Amino acid sequence: MSTMEDKNESLGAGTQMTGSEMVIRALKDQGVRHIFGYPGGAVLPIYDSLFQDNELVHVLVRHEQGAVHAAEGYARSTGKPGVVLVTSGPGATNAVTGITDALMDSIPLVVITGQVATHLIGNDAFQECDTVGITRPCTKHNWLVRDIEDLSRVLHEAFQIATTGRPGPVVVDIPKDIQFKKGTYTGPEHVRHRTYRPKLDPDTAAIEQAVAMMAAAKRPLFYTGGGIINSGPEASRLLRELVAVTGFPITSTLMGLGAYPASGPNWLGPLGMHGTYEANLATSRCDLLICLGARFDDRVTGRLDAFSTGSKKIHLDIDPSQINKNVRVDLPIIGDAARALRAMLMVWKETNAKSDAAALKDWWTQVDGWRAKNSLSFRNSTKLIKPQHAIDRLYELSKGRETYITTEVGQHQMWAMQRFKFDEPNHWMTSGGLGTMGYGLPAALGVQMAHPNALVVDIAGEASVQMTMQEVSTAVQYELPIKIFILNNEYMGMVRQWQQLLHGGRYSHSYSEALPDFVKLAEAFGAVGIRATTPDELDGKIMEMINVRRPVLFDCRVDPTENCYPMIPSGAAHDQMILSDSADEPQVSEEGKMLV
Amino acid sequence: MSKDSRIVRHTLSVIVDNEPGALARVVGLFSGRGYNIESLNVAEVDHTAHTSRITLVTSGTPEVIDQIQAQLARLVPVQRVLDLTLETPGVERELALIKVAGSADQRVEAMRISQEYRASVVDTTLESFIFEVAGEPSKIDAFVEAMRPLGLVEVSRTGVAAITKGAAAM
Repeated sequence: MSTMEDKNESLGAGTQMTGSEMVIRALKDQGVRHIFGYPGGAVLPIYDSLFQDNELVHVLVRHEQGAVHAAEGYARSTGKPGVVLVTSGPGATNAVTGITDALMDSIPLVVITGQVATHLIGNDAFQECDTVGITRPCTKHNWLVRDIEDLSRVLHEAFQIATTGRPGPVVVDIPKDIQFKKGTYTGPEHVRHRTYRPKLDPDTAAIEQAVAMMAAAKRPLFYTGGGIINSGPEASRLLRELVAVTGFPITSTLMGLGAYPASGPNWLGPLGMHGTYEANLATSRCDLLICLGARFDDRVTGRLDAFSTGSKKIHLDIDPSQINKNVRVDLPIIGDAARALRAMLMVWKETNAKSDAAALKDWWTQVDGWRAKNSLSFRNSTKLIKPQHAIDRLYELSKGRETYITTEVGQHQMWAMQRFKFDEPNHWMTSGGLGTMGYGLPAALGVQMAHPNALVVDIAGEASVQMTMQEVSTAVQYELPIKIFILNNEYMGMVRQWQQLLHGGRYSHSYSEALPDFVKLAEAFGAVGIRATTPDELDGKIMEMINVRRPVLFDCRVDPTENCYPMIPSGAAHDQMILSDSADEPQVSEEGKMLV
Repeated sequence: MSKDSRIVRHTLSVIVDNEPGALARVVGLFSGRGYNIESLNVAEVDHTAHTSRITLVTSGTPEVIDQIQAQLARLVPVQRVLDLTLETPGVERELALIKVAGSADQRVEAMRISQEYRASVVDTTLESFIFEVAGEPSKIDAFVEAMRPLGLVEVSRTGVAAITKGAAAM
């Protein structure tokens, strides 16, 4: 009997245990080290098993939304799935914003939710909600586990689905009686989803055609996105090689920053609504747009019928549903970014392909002309701290350190995108698709948990940061020395900017009244509060922030009326950018005003 | 590239793992992304393999139909999606139960017309018939219209079931 059990043990299969023990075991078998969560009635058995386990590190957040964002930050900075454990009802509904955020930005998460006991489901029991129903449209997939014999299979499938193909969040909803029940545990090596098979290898013919189009191009441009980051560091390495051998200029979406280094010679900066002049003009005027792991988001394209009208388009994506969704493309390539890039490089070398050097030289001359506009320049001040200046100083003073940046959502996010120079992938965590204010602070917790010795800075706004402010308490509890660098302009800056530009300066409810004293607030939490009000003291205060090994709330008082430029007004085309306040009043069409 | 803006009716066959929520995912996709469902029909077709077949009739421009197919294929339990309108035209059939109440001449006329449509009577009382009629949706539409002045009471339709012609499976 004992030999039988030993054999089963070694196979990782056939071991009897309770549902809650299975959860712990499955997480460990999946290589999980950290969980972000919050206990409650319907997950008590799992928390009990967690209590008896010495390996998994559980981070207790202060709100379930924070747990999910923390797991997102963890996932995005490590390439590993983030794991969340929350209770039923409000635990699950509080997690929904984070789950939706992860879906929009393709972040692999496994969210485990407790559920009321199976016999109570549908009875409006205490803390019951239809978790799989609520999360169906905001997960890649989800499960309600009604039979203990399905639990270990479902948990392993959950990891498989979250991390493969286009990554995304999954939810496993486990009723409390299932957590208590005993059943048979099956290890991950025995589990593979019956039918789910994402296509990873690109078609050779498509790759060959792409290389031929690239070699023939006169005005080519790489437009890359989060798909490169999600594919892993190898994809970034291959991208750099492809840019080097072709000599083409490259721009990236918000989500793709760091895949190609901002210090690289071919870098044009990000494109889109607040992208650089050169990136947007190059997108507008190129004759070949090579989109790698991006999805022609409305923030990137602007007015669709005027988007890059003169170009042929290649679109590489792991998700076939992204092809021709917003923009018709000439050559779709379905597959994993690293594999496709490797194949392109191989074909490029094997066929001895050459870029059209003469045409490329002319193209670069044109691009350099746009670059000379210096579209990110701003008028600095000796009296007021300009938000752009604050980010520039933060960048300069943190150079040479292992620095990770998260952000909230709004002007500060766009300034961070424009000005902080990322040379490596996985160092930039921001809420792109969903635009979730309150993302950055908890995301920083997750990043710091994964990289205890790194400098982790949440570039924040005073409005966003109040949405998940309570997570400072988590940072204090776990001694996570995150830096919350608040560009405090006393406004929901991006809302104010749009009200100025589109709504006749009627600043309806965008002023941050009754702000807390962030320094005292930090102290109340047991963190460090620092305030900078003038440009003179900024460097010293930033250094103080960097050097203290404790969580910091940095109240950086900036010019309250600064606008974020360049900007493509909504409904406008790439060549209709506004570069500064001094420009003529932007002409926004009635149709444009409808757009978000 | 020029966009084809003609709105065309398409019949899609979707083979899914028969698991809880699979239909909700498909239906939720349509409502969430603003696509139309004109008719929907679902049943398990292979008990041992746990697969169900969903037949969907929808309409949209060619681009929208492509998106619908791609979005459906992305759902984890979806195994295959086939546009029967574009393949060797499929066979489409729908079944309807139609209740007609009346007396005297109306009753005789309803019976006479039902024979033209090869409808069969599946329930009779002194005041009513229930007809069962099968065929293409347009034939059922026509039959319902024919019954309207003759005492049409109630209609229940299955939605379209469809399959490709010829020997090959989808």
